[in-house]
Amino acid sequence: MMAMKKLLEREPGEIEMLLPWHAAGTLNARDARRVEEALVRDPELSRQYTAIREEYAETIDLNESLGAPSARAMQTLFAAIDAEPERKPTASRRISRGIAGFFAALTPRTLAWSASLGAVVLLLQAGIIGAMLMQNQPASFQTASLSTNEPITRTLSSEAPPHALVRFAPDARVADIIALLDTYRAAIIDTRGGMFRLQFGNRAMSKDEAAGLMRKLQGEKIVSVAVATP
Amino acid sequence: MQVLYGRHRVRVFRFGLRLVRDEQVAEDLISEVFLDVWRQAGKFEGRSAVSTWLLAITRFKALSALRRRKDVELDDEAAHAIEDESDDPEVTAQKKDTSQALRKCLTALSPDHREIVDLVYYHERSVEEVAEIVGIPENTVKTRLFYARKKLAELLQAAGVERGWP
Repeated sequence: MMAMKKLLEREPGEIEMLLPWHAAGTLNARDARRVEEALVRDPELSRQYTAIREEYAETIDLNESLGAPSARAMQTLFAAIDAEPERKPTASRRISRGIAGFFAALTPRTLAWSASLGAVVLLLQAGIIGAMLMQNQPASFQTASLSTNEPITRTLSSEAPPHALVRFAPDARVADIIALLDTYRAAIIDTRGGMFRLQFGNRAMSKDEAAGLMRKLQGEKIVSVAVATP
Repeated sequence: MQVLYGRHRVRVFRFGLRLVRDEQVAEDLISEVFLDVWRQAGKFEGRSAVSTWLLAITRFKALSALRRRKDVELDDEAAHAIEDESDDPEVTAQKKDTSQALRKCLTALSPDHREIVDLVYYHERSVEEVAEIVGIPENTVKTRLFYARKKLAELLQAAGVERGWP
């Protein structure tokens, strides 16, 4: 009874308030880690968490016992949808529907003739534009040789620094990720569906060197997946 | 619409039923909810999950239905009164069945508390999603659930159930 009174009188702690979401698995990684650390430290909190797990399980059982709606609800819904007045389409939809309707109304033969006529008109137009350009330009030519004034800045794939797609472990901390990036002199250059595209250093590596780097990276604790990419 | 209905009807129905406590009303409710969704599909901005959007509409409709049913005042006291008429937590505790007592006490919570417990435990909504559905700040979501749990602990203790906490 005393413990109960104590509970009723005091204000809840921040971690304590997050326990139900931890039980349901809906906390973000950072908060989940904070809660887990607190549970290890605090036996009182741990006892409370056990009670929350019971509440969680019982709430699910209770809701699952409620059954499902009957077919009547679905019939009512779709009857109501059928009874709804037809919605007015937007202006753009009306226009596109009009165009589609126009073409649909044409016979295949008319459509073929129209397409041929359109092609002839396009060719004529191209001829006229070409003739106009020829008249306006002086008669000169330019070779496709290399200009000696500009530096050569070609980037060949073999000369580019290595890249990899990396997925970090869900419990990886930002500090660990930053440390890993520092160690490998890597930079995040893109993200794709939860994966990060990393570039390692600024210089190209030999095949063996790049393969060794990938092996080392794959062995890192906080790396779930690491795949070399061009 | 059929796919959406098929996928979400059960959870929407159960959420509604826990709020209105009447199967007939809950069934009417889900028809209204999905009809609204059909009418307002263009307004869905995709900022939240479809299920969160559906639960928010269900909650709004359920509260409207409760307001219409003036004969059933489901405030805290009425909820307890309903519970007292049948197999109350004390009786359940006499049966030494903690699980059943817990379930009875969950049913005896006020609508506000029941709603938040269901959203977090059964519908697995995050703090942010509950805030969006119920229309309250995130900190209020956390404190409301804490006080719902406190109320549950009180009810269980009144029923003589010991859980090792508090």
